[in-house]
Amino acid sequence: MQEIMKQAKLKAEELLTKGVVNRVIGWTEGDFSYDCSPATFTLDNLDKFVYTEFCGANLSKYLIEESKKEGKILVFLKPCDTYSFNQLIQEHRIKRENIYVVGIECRGKVDIDKLRAFGIDGVLGCKTEGDKLICDTIYGEKTVDKVDVMLEKCLSCKGKKHVVYDELIGEEVVEEPKDRFGMVAQLEAMTEDERYKFWQNELSKCIRCNACRNVCPACSCVHCVFDNPDSNIASKANTDRFEEKLYHIIRAWHVAGRCTDCGECSRVCPQGIPLHLINRKFIKDMNEFYGEYQAGEDTETKAPLNSYTFGDREPHEFDTKEGK
Amino acid sequence: MKKIGVFVCWCGSNIAATVDVKAVVEACKKEPNVVFAEDYQYICSEIGQNKMADAIRDYKLDGVVICSCSPRMHEATFRKTAEKAGLNPYMIEVANIREQCSWIHKDIEEGTEKAIVLARTAIAKVLLNAPLQAGESKVTKRALVIGGGIAGIQSALDIADAGFEVDIVEKKPSIGGKMSQLDKTFPTLDCSACILTPKMVDVSAHEKINIFAYSEVEAVSGFVGNFTAKIRQKARYVDTAKCTGCRACMEKCPSKKSLNEFNAGLDTRPAIYIPFAQAVPNKATIDPNACIKLKTGKCGICSKVCTAGAIDYEQKDQIIEREYGAIVVATGYNIINLDKFNELGYSDCKDVITSLEFERLTNAAGPTKGHLICPSDGREPKKIVFVQCVGSRGLRPCDKQYCSKICCMYTAKHAMLLREKHPETEVYVFYIDVRTPGKNYDEFYRRAVEQYGVHYIKGQVGKVIEKDGHLEVQASDLLADEQLHIDADLVVLAAAIEADDTARKIGTMLTASMDTNDFFTEAHAKLKPVESPTAGIFLSGMCQGPKDIPDTVAQAGAAAVKVIGLLSKDTLKCNACVASPNENMCNGCSLCATVCPYGAITYVDKEFRIPGGVQVRRVSQVNEAICQGCGACTVACMSGAMDLKGFTNKEIMAEVESICK
Repeated sequence: MQEIMKQAKLKAEELLTKGVVNRVIGWTEGDFSYDCSPATFTLDNLDKFVYTEFCGANLSKYLIEESKKEGKILVFLKPCDTYSFNQLIQEHRIKRENIYVVGIECRGKVDIDKLRAFGIDGVLGCKTEGDKLICDTIYGEKTVDKVDVMLEKCLSCKGKKHVVYDELIGEEVVEEPKDRFGMVAQLEAMTEDERYKFWQNELSKCIRCNACRNVCPACSCVHCVFDNPDSNIASKANTDRFEEKLYHIIRAWHVAGRCTDCGECSRVCPQGIPLHLINRKFIKDMNEFYGEYQAGEDTETKAPLNSYTFGDREPHEFDTKEGK
Repeated sequence: MKKIGVFVCWCGSNIAATVDVKAVVEACKKEPNVVFAEDYQYICSEIGQNKMADAIRDYKLDGVVICSCSPRMHEATFRKTAEKAGLNPYMIEVANIREQCSWIHKDIEEGTEKAIVLARTAIAKVLLNAPLQAGESKVTKRALVIGGGIAGIQSALDIADAGFEVDIVEKKPSIGGKMSQLDKTFPTLDCSACILTPKMVDVSAHEKINIFAYSEVEAVSGFVGNFTAKIRQKARYVDTAKCTGCRACMEKCPSKKSLNEFNAGLDTRPAIYIPFAQAVPNKATIDPNACIKLKTGKCGICSKVCTAGAIDYEQKDQIIEREYGAIVVATGYNIINLDKFNELGYSDCKDVITSLEFERLTNAAGPTKGHLICPSDGREPKKIVFVQCVGSRGLRPCDKQYCSKICCMYTAKHAMLLREKHPETEVYVFYIDVRTPGKNYDEFYRRAVEQYGVHYIKGQVGKVIEKDGHLEVQASDLLADEQLHIDADLVVLAAAIEADDTARKIGTMLTASMDTNDFFTEAHAKLKPVESPTAGIFLSGMCQGPKDIPDTVAQAGAAAVKVIGLLSKDTLKCNACVASPNENMCNGCSLCATVCPYGAITYVDKEFRIPGGVQVRRVSQVNEAICQGCGACTVACMSGAMDLKGFTNKEIMAEVESICK
């Protein structure tokens, strides 16, 4: 990771110096090493640029505003982030000509909460060695199985291939496809009451901080319906506990067919609600109803929910089996 | 404060029998903003309309709610009245308390309760309604007729005679359809070709008619007055401009083993062919599945014998894009596949044939030059059994539930002609009922029974088996209550008819509704029998349901009249309920344009003030002349930037809330 970070920094420096781009969007550390967040850089502050095990954030969404600005911007995209990038291109939300994409290697990012759950505190830095994660902490070096502490989204990684880039840094490791829909299938297998209880429990934790919406690359409306008093939804979703839940349901509908399953919603949720499962259920259904489709895989394929073909299933064919 | 008036219609007893209209009036009076509420027997009557106009003027109403029948029935009437009284016609809301309330409820209390909710809902909406103005759109003065059978031919001729251009798209190499395959036509027994071919020639010679034969409609976009169709002209591998129809190629073609579709597969034809003598256009077509040259690259004989140099093995399908103001669907029918009717032996016994095959076997231009023989060994049949309702009026999964309508008459025709030509043959007809409504139809059938001695037996055939070179027909005679075993030479099955297999695809393209049998539905079963509910789409012939030639021609003419009425207008009043985007909320994501079936949405880059400067954003624009107000964009738009005038998100939400109150 150290090596990749060095290469990335050099690449940024080179492109900035040559004037190919005038800004860089990447990650920087906060007060703690695990406290990484997106930031823009020029030559002046490039020393703050990092690329570590904690750089899980998907930078695509920031390009909506950034690519409207003067000059070209360099963005580092991990493989899964490139899907969101393509989706935004398809939706005309970002200006491709103003962006230089550097695809950057990723071997899965780490969830600090999971580390803590293992009793690993005071983390100063981490590195991957094979299947292990070696953590340098104020209490000394600690080692864990990496798979136990990876972000939820990395456990169902779509693969290490970048679907769009101008240049690549690092390797594109070939990986076995992971089971994305196992948990959804478990939910489907529940009875209606069990499932209702499950979501009731999960969604009751929601504090309506809007982090899931704000980070979601598909949730990027100029004016969100939840902020718009004219939508007749804004006040509703706030009034009682039932309608509170509607917020997540409405959000899932709005991103249905457009969600690339980047997992940012669950990553940023301070309450640990597995929000990605709602979106993944939609994806699973769409795959079953209309054939496999991955949003953001390219910029051309028409999404099944907004296109019609003579082969589409008719409504009466959707009488699905119990529990779905 | 907006002032709302409410009218509650009795519709005679249609509504008043299951809805307490007085109670609805009283409940409406209690609603905020309602300054006037009244009931009346028939609000659609002149007196009712006058009452409405008076109330609008006297109470200076800003909006009117009419609790009555479906808006499909009388919304236009009420809007006109409102307009005359000085109220914008879109300030009218119709609460459907008939079709969706009184007709489905038996209990007056329940009915009344629901009617009150529906009235309240309409009041909630009308309070948010805004006055709307309808624009105008131009009419393309050309019609498209899909299907070149007798229905399409008649519609095309009538439209063209009125002075409008017509394109006929026919999927087969020649127009003429099923009628061109028939021998004689009931009830007058005139020769089918003799009456059809002059019409085909008229079509071909008509300066206003353009025939796209061997072509299919691939896509249709647009709306009434402004359709655009993509027509795929399939490669004939013959330059139709050069082909003289001399048929020299057909004689010399070495690949002669393809089943001849025109003769219902009873004989074969060459790979290059003109389907029948009177074909229009009289041009050759190469069947790519049979042509040796196209399959192997070796042969090319037709090209050598063609003195006109018309053969072109390199020809490709062509896509032609044309604009139309109106579309006539005349896709016709087929007889059902009889594979599932094993008991009648069609698949196994050569001498069990369909009525259409019988037509070809008795036609002078058919495979036997009109000499009726048993297909198995060429002997002349002495005993013939006709079986009616094969696949019609049945309840098994392989059956059609409907009556195919034409079989009783053509079977009587076949039986009669047989006895006339070969008096020595015995002819039996098995029937469930004989249905002969129509001018001179019953007389025709009775002649078959009384003058020609055809044995009509009420009962169904249970089984047909081959035995010693004969067919044993096992049947029951219901009137005599006995089982019959008839040794027949030939069995003729009156197979049910079904909509052509292209109909569903075309229906989808045109967004024209169809029934479960893939017959196109008419806008109103009684009052709009030739119009599809989709504006600008008209129905001609069998595509709408089983009918015989006289009915088809009558309907074809009726559809033509509707088309002429439409094309004679220069402009059409647009729908005022169109989509309209809020630029401040638009993401420019193109989702609305993707789902718009009319191509009404485009995008522009527009400058917007933002704190500290100006930002350029891509935003959607709706062409109001093209938008049909279907609302697809409104539901697709995530930010809610797209809204539908007359059915705004707010109005709909107000309705929902009012129902849930």
